[in-house]
Amino acid sequence: MYIGKYPKAGKFGEYGGQYVPEVLMHALKELEEAYLRYKGDEKFKEELDYYLRTFAGRPTPLYFCSRLSDLLGTKLYLKREDLVHGGAHKLNNAIGQALLAKRMGKSRLIAETGAGQHGLATAIVGALFDLQTEIYMGDEDIERQRLNVFRMELMGAEVHPVGSGSRTLKDAINEAIRDWVTNVQDTHYLLGSVVGPHPYPMMVRDFQRVVGLETKRQVLEAEGRLPDALVACVGGGSNSIGMFYDFLDDEDVALYGVEAGGEGIASNRHSATLCAGSKGVLHGTYSYLLQDEDGQILPTHSVAPGLDYSGVGPEHAFLKDMGRVTYDIVTDVETLHAFELLCKYEGILPALESAHALAYVKRLADENRIGKKDCVVVCLSGRGDKDVEIIERALTT
Amino acid sequence: MSRISDTFSDLERSGECAFIAYIMAGDPDPSLTPSIAKAIAQYADIIELGIPFSDPIADGKTIQAAAERALRAGMTPQQTFEIISEIRKETDTPIVVMGYYNPILHFGVERFMKKLAECGGDGIIIPDLPMEEADEVVRYAKENGINTIFLIAPTTPEDRIEKICACSSGFVYLVSLLGVTGAREAISGVAKTLIRSVVEKRPDIPPAVGFGISKPEHVREIIADGAKGVIVGSAIVRLIAEHKDEPEKMISALEEFCAELKAATRKK
Repeated sequence: MYIGKYPKAGKFGEYGGQYVPEVLMHALKELEEAYLRYKGDEKFKEELDYYLRTFAGRPTPLYFCSRLSDLLGTKLYLKREDLVHGGAHKLNNAIGQALLAKRMGKSRLIAETGAGQHGLATAIVGALFDLQTEIYMGDEDIERQRLNVFRMELMGAEVHPVGSGSRTLKDAINEAIRDWVTNVQDTHYLLGSVVGPHPYPMMVRDFQRVVGLETKRQVLEAEGRLPDALVACVGGGSNSIGMFYDFLDDEDVALYGVEAGGEGIASNRHSATLCAGSKGVLHGTYSYLLQDEDGQILPTHSVAPGLDYSGVGPEHAFLKDMGRVTYDIVTDVETLHAFELLCKYEGILPALESAHALAYVKRLADENRIGKKDCVVVCLSGRGDKDVEIIERALTT
Repeated sequence: MSRISDTFSDLERSGECAFIAYIMAGDPDPSLTPSIAKAIAQYADIIELGIPFSDPIADGKTIQAAAERALRAGMTPQQTFEIISEIRKETDTPIVVMGYYNPILHFGVERFMKKLAECGGDGIIIPDLPMEEADEVVRYAKENGINTIFLIAPTTPEDRIEKICACSSGFVYLVSLLGVTGAREAISGVAKTLIRSVVEKRPDIPPAVGFGISKPEHVREIIADGAKGVIVGSAIVRLIAEHKDEPEKMISALEEFCAELKAATRKK
């Protein structure tokens, strides 16, 4: 049995841990204690459930794609996290952490964001719970996700552009950590993925488990059995771990984590941390990462800003080594193709991140690794309104 | 006894405190680092040599920029060792290396410590490695006679201070404020409490204070609070950056500044 067993002392096997400046050690301890205390607290659970239902719009539907299923020759379901308020699964975790921050007496939230979805989710809970909110976002991402920046500002959050390093998610996390080091006493760092030091990988996973728990119930209702495969994209890895977690002990359910292959592994322009990276420490955790021969972190590329990250959650590293989850890549080109398919066949505009998972289902079908009788669930982690400009550019060039 | 401990004992006898000067290896160019270090060593009691990292989360803008310059100039961990050997030919001043964990881990912790000892390095500071994750570093550092200098922050609880001192050798690094490295106009008062706490618990390990210290007045203030050493980084790195295209001026500016800082460590 896997569920409930990890992390042990903050680690998933050799992965995870707390590789942070001493200033933060006490804050991490307080956070872990608070999380463990409230996790089982009836009042906390009730409140979380209340906001997930009445505010976020949970449970989200499990939708059967009839036209696309015909086209691909499989039974394809989408777990519609794109319908969560804010347009992505990110709000599940943001509500949980904001409720926790309130109980810990913090008055200020900070967060990093790549695609802007987590920044937006944090801005939303900042407004909802009256917490001062500041978001760090790379220059390059601000440029490609302008719509989300404006949405964050409308919710009252301040967005700080980050111009250092590769000017994407990795650098936004660096700046958020520097802010936290400085303002640790009144500030909660609302980390948006299952990365960073313990307890974040555990806590964010737990707040995202709702995705897999609902899916399990819904697919049993619809099909009377468990699915044959689950597919989700992996950047830091929060939607995928949330989707996979409650299926980890169901050995007949194949689990596929899809990384951003960018322009292909050989091009060195990708974000395929698990598929092409090696072990190391980044942003407080020991996991796989993309680094050069001297241990410097490499810049990454993906058409999907939310996957454009050199690290990955430590639990994914553990599940990869264990062989329980199969990690693979799809390229930018395959992703754009899948994006168009979903628009044209189902009338759904997926986030470019989630379109990676969809592209992989097409690959599985093309290679006859799934067939007509197989039931596949894709975690459609976000909606693609934010990506329209990128798509427009990609389709016209 | 290590070269670092000897330095602190000698200074104690002559009524001085240690002036620890930080520079980034390879900034602005690897070929300049030995002469910069040599110039600084005329005044500094310990040289702290940074290994550049792409993602320095504990550093402010000044040192981030230095790391970027060094990496652009092609600086590698291997070259850091060559530079240390070079410096060691010229001076006996203890050299402490400050580097983020990933490049060290990637190089191999055992191999790193062995190399560091071979080329004449004396100590190691890893700002993103708390003691809980440091067993391997402490073990191989000890085996090779390298001192392990851990950091203590204003948020570190009392019981943790004791444990951090127990795995530190040479000196302990007290972070004077909540924040990243970088020169500040005034220094915070928190250092005093930290110093007192360390001295009470472990009178045998000298506390040195860093972060934000940029002026002789700051040095005097910190010493009056009971510190046995002061660490100045960003203010020195800023001088290097200002004169990065005129090495001669850079060296004389560094000499002048370091002379003032060293003078401030001498009790009247």
